[in-house]
Amino acid sequence: MNAFSVGFRTLFYKEILRFWKVATQTIAAPVVSAMLYLLIFGHVLDGRVEMLDGVSYTSFLVPGLVMMSVLQNAFANSSSSLIQSKITGNLVFILLPPLSHVEILSAYVTASVVRGLAVGLGVFVITAWFAHLSFVAPLWIIVFALLGAGILGTLGVIAGIWAEKFDQLAAFQNFLITPATFLAGVFYSIKKLPPFWLAVSHFNPFFYMIDGFRYGFFGQSDVSPWTSLAIVAVFFVALAAIAINLLRRGYKLRH
Amino acid sequence: MTAAIQIDSVEKSYKGFKALKGVSLNIEQGEFFGLLGPNGAGKTTLISTIAGLIRPDVGSVRIHGHDVVKDFREARMKLGVVPQELVFDPFFTVRETLRLQSGYFGLKNNDPWIDEVMENLDLTPKADVNMRALSGGMKRRVLVAQALVHKPPVIVLDEPTAGVDVELRQTLWKFIARLNREGHTVVLTTHYLEEAQAMCQRVAMLKTGNVVALDTMAQLLRRVSGSSLVVHLKHGALPEGLRHLVAHDEHNGGNTYTLRVNEYSEVEGILARLRESGAEIDEMQLQQADLEDIFIQIMEGSPVR
Repeated sequence: MNAFSVGFRTLFYKEILRFWKVATQTIAAPVVSAMLYLLIFGHVLDGRVEMLDGVSYTSFLVPGLVMMSVLQNAFANSSSSLIQSKITGNLVFILLPPLSHVEILSAYVTASVVRGLAVGLGVFVITAWFAHLSFVAPLWIIVFALLGAGILGTLGVIAGIWAEKFDQLAAFQNFLITPATFLAGVFYSIKKLPPFWLAVSHFNPFFYMIDGFRYGFFGQSDVSPWTSLAIVAVFFVALAAIAINLLRRGYKLRH
Repeated sequence: MTAAIQIDSVEKSYKGFKALKGVSLNIEQGEFFGLLGPNGAGKTTLISTIAGLIRPDVGSVRIHGHDVVKDFREARMKLGVVPQELVFDPFFTVRETLRLQSGYFGLKNNDPWIDEVMENLDLTPKADVNMRALSGGMKRRVLVAQALVHKPPVIVLDEPTAGVDVELRQTLWKFIARLNREGHTVVLTTHYLEEAQAMCQRVAMLKTGNVVALDTMAQLLRRVSGSSLVVHLKHGALPEGLRHLVAHDEHNGGNTYTLRVNEYSEVEGILARLRESGAEIDEMQLQQADLEDIFIQIMEGSPVR
């Protein structure tokens, strides 16, 4: 089995083409939303609170917003593509050809990574004007952006396979993905939380993605980036194994 | 020679409902094969099992010797399926749709064949039109084209002409007949029995998940004895002595009767009995038995004479 087979590349290209054709909705809209978060929270809180030593609140917020956009859009890409294909019935075009489980998963996930990174880059380019950012460890920025997008792309595949209706997917997004990202330290450092919520935050894998990503900018984080990397990598492998197993079994796809 | 499709004892249940009850049949390479049956007989379940969209509870399906579950890559490369539902991806044009489908089958630079398929299905003028903008008939043509992009030796068409106009039917059958002449195996399900009779060399009939008939078209038609005599009486009624000849479902109300006739010589006797009873014939027609007659007899459980 060739991971870069024509089948994989075609499905990857199709997924890219799918979101690119509606780029206003899939790229521009999330960039504008992140911009609004920055303007509102930055304006209200800048100069009043300090999350990291020597870092303004707006500067602290920018990497959080970038990573939040990466994560949410990576999830949205694979999950919405799959649920739309399931509901309209055109998923049959993917199920009839000789595509393997790994090819299907990797194509959906890599396309989600591209969408997540495209939105993240857009958010960064727009919001960076409002902050003084440093790039202490750029490799960590890249590693956590890629892993975070990969994890959410994989989670999107799982959600897209599991959901049978749009409202089930919306529930997954609204009750799991959005709270997990918002409560992962996008807008604050978890060190500012009371002890109970501080402890709870350590069980949220999204926290490690954002914390590690932010470390790349400022060289400061709530936990060691190596710890975050280990946790995030294990989470990714576990989710990928679940997704491959679902595809192999044909769960809700092949009856 | 390896069978194009080999179906062995396939069973499939959904939440206690048994859709296929041990179906076994072989479809030989190069055949034009009809899979017939009423709604709910299990045709689409069987086709979905062949296509790998449904996994059988028991039994196996092989395409050119490749198991559709264990050896799915080879099996799917040999198979092109036209699904029953009019599904399409609204993001793409016709050409993009066909190029993507080629790529899923591992084919690069397939444009010459894509152009030929589009030409044969009269899709060329719509090549760069978005799928959403196409009529139902055009979308159906694209579905057929998608099934053919990888030149599969086995083509399965699940009710390809449902709800399409005469022009498409003719275009489609001309192209499919050509592919069959060139050696492709064609499996067809349809509710239009005259199409099946015209196109298929062999037929399987399914009823409630079982194969209830499997024979060549010629043999099946031979099994329907004789013809039917349709008489419309101006006056009088059908005499009691002829009632046993009335085809089970064809007492068309009023004074029109369809009577089974085994041999043409019986017609004279029937007319004589009608005259004797005082009935006056207004109109009369002698009809050759067709696939629909045997289909009805088999589905209603009547013995095929």
